[in-house]
Amino acid sequence: MSGVARNVVLYGGLALVSLAAPWIFPAYQTQLAFLWLMVLFALSWDIVGGQMGYNSFGNVIYFGIGMYATVVVQRDLYYTVEEYAELGGGIELLLTPAQYLTGLGLGMGLGVLIAVATAAILGTGILSLRGHYFAICTLGLGVAAGEFASGWDYIGAGSGMVAPLFPDGLGERSLLFYYIFFALSALAFVTLRWLYSGRFGLAINAIRDDEDKAEAMGLRTTRYKTLAWCIAAFFLAIAGGGAGNLIGFIDPTDVAFAGSTFGVWMVLMAVLGGKGTLWGPVIGAVIFHVTQELFWIYLFGWQRVALGVLIVVIVVFFPEGIMGYLRQRRPDWFGETVAEADDAGGGR
Amino acid sequence: MGNLDILIVAPIFSVQLLIDGLLIGAIFAMAAYGLALVWGVMNVINIAQGDFVILGGYVTLQVSLFGIHPMFGIPIAAVVVGGVGWVIYRVVICRIVDKDLFISILATFGISILMQQLIDQIWGADIQTADSGLGTLFLFDNMVTVSEIKIVAFVIVMALGAGLVVFLKRSRLGQAIRATAQNARAARIMGIDTDKVYAATFALNAAICGAAGALVVMTWVIQPFIGLIYTIRSFMIVIVAGLGNLAGVIVAGMGLGIVEQFASFLLGAEFQIGFVFGLLVVILVTRSLLLARKRKYLK
Repeated sequence: MSGVARNVVLYGGLALVSLAAPWIFPAYQTQLAFLWLMVLFALSWDIVGGQMGYNSFGNVIYFGIGMYATVVVQRDLYYTVEEYAELGGGIELLLTPAQYLTGLGLGMGLGVLIAVATAAILGTGILSLRGHYFAICTLGLGVAAGEFASGWDYIGAGSGMVAPLFPDGLGERSLLFYYIFFALSALAFVTLRWLYSGRFGLAINAIRDDEDKAEAMGLRTTRYKTLAWCIAAFFLAIAGGGAGNLIGFIDPTDVAFAGSTFGVWMVLMAVLGGKGTLWGPVIGAVIFHVTQELFWIYLFGWQRVALGVLIVVIVVFFPEGIMGYLRQRRPDWFGETVAEADDAGGGR
Repeated sequence: MGNLDILIVAPIFSVQLLIDGLLIGAIFAMAAYGLALVWGVMNVINIAQGDFVILGGYVTLQVSLFGIHPMFGIPIAAVVVGGVGWVIYRVVICRIVDKDLFISILATFGISILMQQLIDQIWGADIQTADSGLGTLFLFDNMVTVSEIKIVAFVIVMALGAGLVVFLKRSRLGQAIRATAQNARAARIMGIDTDKVYAATFALNAAICGAAGALVVMTWVIQPFIGLIYTIRSFMIVIVAGLGNLAGVIVAGMGLGIVEQFASFLLGAEFQIGFVFGLLVVILVTRSLLLARKRKYLK
């Protein structure tokens, strides 16, 4: 029973702190909203990258798809492309609160549909690649998507798109998106916790450990792999829709399909926390985001250089991540008991 | 695809694209051979490969800003970037050589981002080029133009390639590198200091990239953030040609150069980079399908 009580205290406390955080630190609402976005990035990357062992550098494409789909829907529901162009690239795209929320919701829905469909189609082809071929292929996909978006006039080509202005009457923009991202992260966490504890979790872990054996045991590996990628795409597409509206401006290669920022950060946060664990990505995301914000404050001008150094340092000196380190030092926290009898008796 | 008509009406333009592709492809092949060397010897895929190329370009640019002819930038860039490569090996790569490929990809990706940002801080984000001062050749009644620097670059690439083959076959260090590539453990038992061999290999690779970058800045343009595309090109060339096959790498490099020239002419220059990355996906998926078919036949 103490386990249940501990969980109630832990999750309840976390939820309370999270709900209250934007009111306690009103000056940091935007950063806090991005914190949950980072948690979502890390959690969704870890499905395929950590638990399934397919290290993807291209998950950012689903984020970008969601972002573009949402703003396109918000625009096309109430304006035509010509009007939008006349408004100077949508700087004056005014919507009422009801229109704004409808557009946001429908846009996210469409984004999810496109992203999941893309993941399913791409997945059947690309998830048959192994190891580093998969990693570099997804890296290429992310950049290709960005280049494709910068060549497509309908979505603003290289100059990107501007999200509609945040309407009056909905409170503060950062507050709304803080709660959207928080709810989404909580949903992702609960869903993944449930998925990892069942057959799905066992299946993708089996694929990570030895895919050929898993296949030989009759596991439909392609189906599970594609499903896992679709789940990641689902969460990333919604997150992209929110992020596009929170940032307010979509650049094809620096915001939407940002392979060398968001795309790498996803991987890095999961690695920092400990990939292949449930809590690792969450912890990694929090630590990484706070560090990054500190870099912006104290190392302005050199913050990107510092981030590059941080990436190298984490990967070289801390590849097991925080959870991996704890697991080595405190195996009993993870319910792993060291069989001392074996050591003493020298049995096998 | 509007430009397709031009090629049909005036087929001489395809000669132009062909020559351009051949000459540029040779430079791609150089960086690709370095990637194959590091991959084969150390089992590390160096994502920062393209950034070494770009760094070589900026070193040459700096040399020409000092008032020295950029041709001298080729050896200088090779030495400087080779030195940078050696330092990167000693600081980072030596710690990840024996880890799995994912760690090395992520770490070299980090190095790549770091180098981009440092280059951006030092030289700024503008697109730059160094003028070699050489003229242009006009062929076929002035229908085809070839800048002389591209031909010079092609000759230099061929000479460097030949030199590299001789070095790997004949010199003591080259033999040690090849022995380590075949079997690192056996090489260690035979008394080869594999750590030194790795350092030399990585520095040699960086030097090759530096020289390639010097050629790129004279024939083309450079910008701090376009390194990744050179890495991807190298990777594609190596996949098509196979590891440790210099002739294959040069042929595949030229092939890629030609394909790219035609694609950017037909699709428009703005889709050239997208095309390269799309081609990567196609090549990888095709390769995986071919392997799957081979596995079926084995049964």
